[in-house]
Amino acid sequence: MSIDQSTAAKVAKLARIKVEDDALPALAEEFNNILGFIEQLNEVDVEGVEPMTSVTPQRLKRRVDEVTDGNQQPKVLKNAPDAREGFFAVPKVVE
Amino acid sequence: MSDLNKLGLAEARDLLRKGETTSVELTNDCLKAIDAADALNAFVHKTPELALERAKAADARIQEGDAPAMCGLPIGIKDLFCTKGVDSQAASRILEGFKPEYESTVSQQLADAGAVMLGKLNMDEFAMGSSNETSVYGNAVSPWRRDGSDAELTPGGSSGGSASAVAADLCLAATGTDTGGSIRQPAAFTGTVGIKPTYGRCSRWGVVAFASSLDQAGPMTKSVRDASIMLEAMCGHDAKDSTSAELAVPNFEAMLTGDIKGKKIGIPKEYRMDGTPAEIEALWADGAAMLKDAGAEIVDISLPHTKYALPAYYVIAPAEASSNLARYDGVRYGHRATLEAGDGITEMYEKTRAQGFGPEVQRRVMIGTYVLSAGFYDAYYNRARRVRTLIKKDFEDVFAAGIDAILTPATPSAAFGLGEMTEADPVQMYLNDVFTVTVNLAGLPGISVPAGVDKQGLPLGLQLIGKPWEEGDLLNTAYALENAAGFVAKPGQWW
Repeated sequence: MSIDQSTAAKVAKLARIKVEDDALPALAEEFNNILGFIEQLNEVDVEGVEPMTSVTPQRLKRRVDEVTDGNQQPKVLKNAPDAREGFFAVPKVVE
Repeated sequence: MSDLNKLGLAEARDLLRKGETTSVELTNDCLKAIDAADALNAFVHKTPELALERAKAADARIQEGDAPAMCGLPIGIKDLFCTKGVDSQAASRILEGFKPEYESTVSQQLADAGAVMLGKLNMDEFAMGSSNETSVYGNAVSPWRRDGSDAELTPGGSSGGSASAVAADLCLAATGTDTGGSIRQPAAFTGTVGIKPTYGRCSRWGVVAFASSLDQAGPMTKSVRDASIMLEAMCGHDAKDSTSAELAVPNFEAMLTGDIKGKKIGIPKEYRMDGTPAEIEALWADGAAMLKDAGAEIVDISLPHTKYALPAYYVIAPAEASSNLARYDGVRYGHRATLEAGDGITEMYEKTRAQGFGPEVQRRVMIGTYVLSAGFYDAYYNRARRVRTLIKKDFEDVFAAGIDAILTPATPSAAFGLGEMTEADPVQMYLNDVFTVTVNLAGLPGISVPAGVDKQGLPLGLQLIGKPWEEGDLLNTAYALENAAGFVAKPGQWW
């Protein structure tokens, strides 16, 4: 499978990372090298093998559905690049 | 006493208990060593005031007779651990200025046990790298040099700052984290001991996530005994990490008898790889001979899917990273790009992430995005997860056949020069983890023990892989290997 520039651009868009047009050819080539390495996996017979979900067999723990934490608004906002009136602030989302 | 920074954890602990030194003295010697070692670029956020405050508190505890194992011992903390009120940025520009309002469980447990944090240690950005060259802080430098050369060498990665700091005696020990070999490879490159425990032993809470199904914290120390002391303080169940194991943590140090009579040590034939230097092959054979002399039985074994571990890892780890790193969006913490008039929220995300992530992190996030995208999920991600099942089964089969531990080289080479791999294809760098990554995929404990030096005078390590949850037995085998290898080389001080 080979990745062209338009696929590289699409992946960058999906990952929300801005890549300038002139950087796309090199990026596509890097993807192809890495994917070429990954292609080795096609040699393995995985018929009937379950995909691993947890390396240690375990049931995820459950607890009562109740509030155990909260009331930490100043702490939550402390590291925000832009916080106003108790909220995270972002550029305009809808016109 | 002087040069107390050169002590290991066990020696310093014993001196503290005998009242022959104080935590403040130990801490001051480390702080002096750190200030004289800026050339190594190991400590990237120094916290001397906090350290002295904790040292005084530790001395008071010791006086009162309340001295847990780590009490008063000065250590470094990898920048991946969130530490309350102290910069914690995973060596990334995107977390510039981030000062967590909380403390990671592992660093909290160490603090509760009385350990003194000296500061935060350099690493590869988001723990993605094998040479500490992807850090926003610049390269960490190894204290080791090749005989007759002043070329700067890598301390390995991603826990490069931790390895450099321990090897250069800037601290008594340090925390590391290991997703594909990030504790064991730098330990091997710097003549130090590093153990990655079984997945689930150490809480991941408050450790900046890279690949959640693989990440584990562990200690990097000057001896196997020190590793057992510090690992015990780091381990334990934590309700805040749903994958944390509800198992009692044994007294690992008490299990160091050095007696490995009758233990079966497996030598996997698939770890003999083309291009491995003869010195590493020889070291491996020597290690097997030492364990045999100590009474172990050496058994040839096969782990048939070994070859596929790295390609599986380079699907699974980037996939998990792309998901974990989605949180860095310029909204809640860290860096936000300066926007131009008319830029909306999408531009904010895209510009923030392009500026905030370095090239290797961007590459892995995008590879992860690709392998998880519609149409490729089965071909890449699900296939890799199936291969992972087979890799784990390889280990289960040999353990079921009676093998107690597996001996392999830790790395395919000694430390390389900083900048030497810059022009290489990223896959070449990934090959550094060829002997270590299987252990993360199978969730097993693995330890790197310094076992010799190459002809240029650089340290080489051997890896021992143990059964799940049997770190105590693994540490004991490592202790026997350490005793037999008698590694004592130290880097000459040039910095």
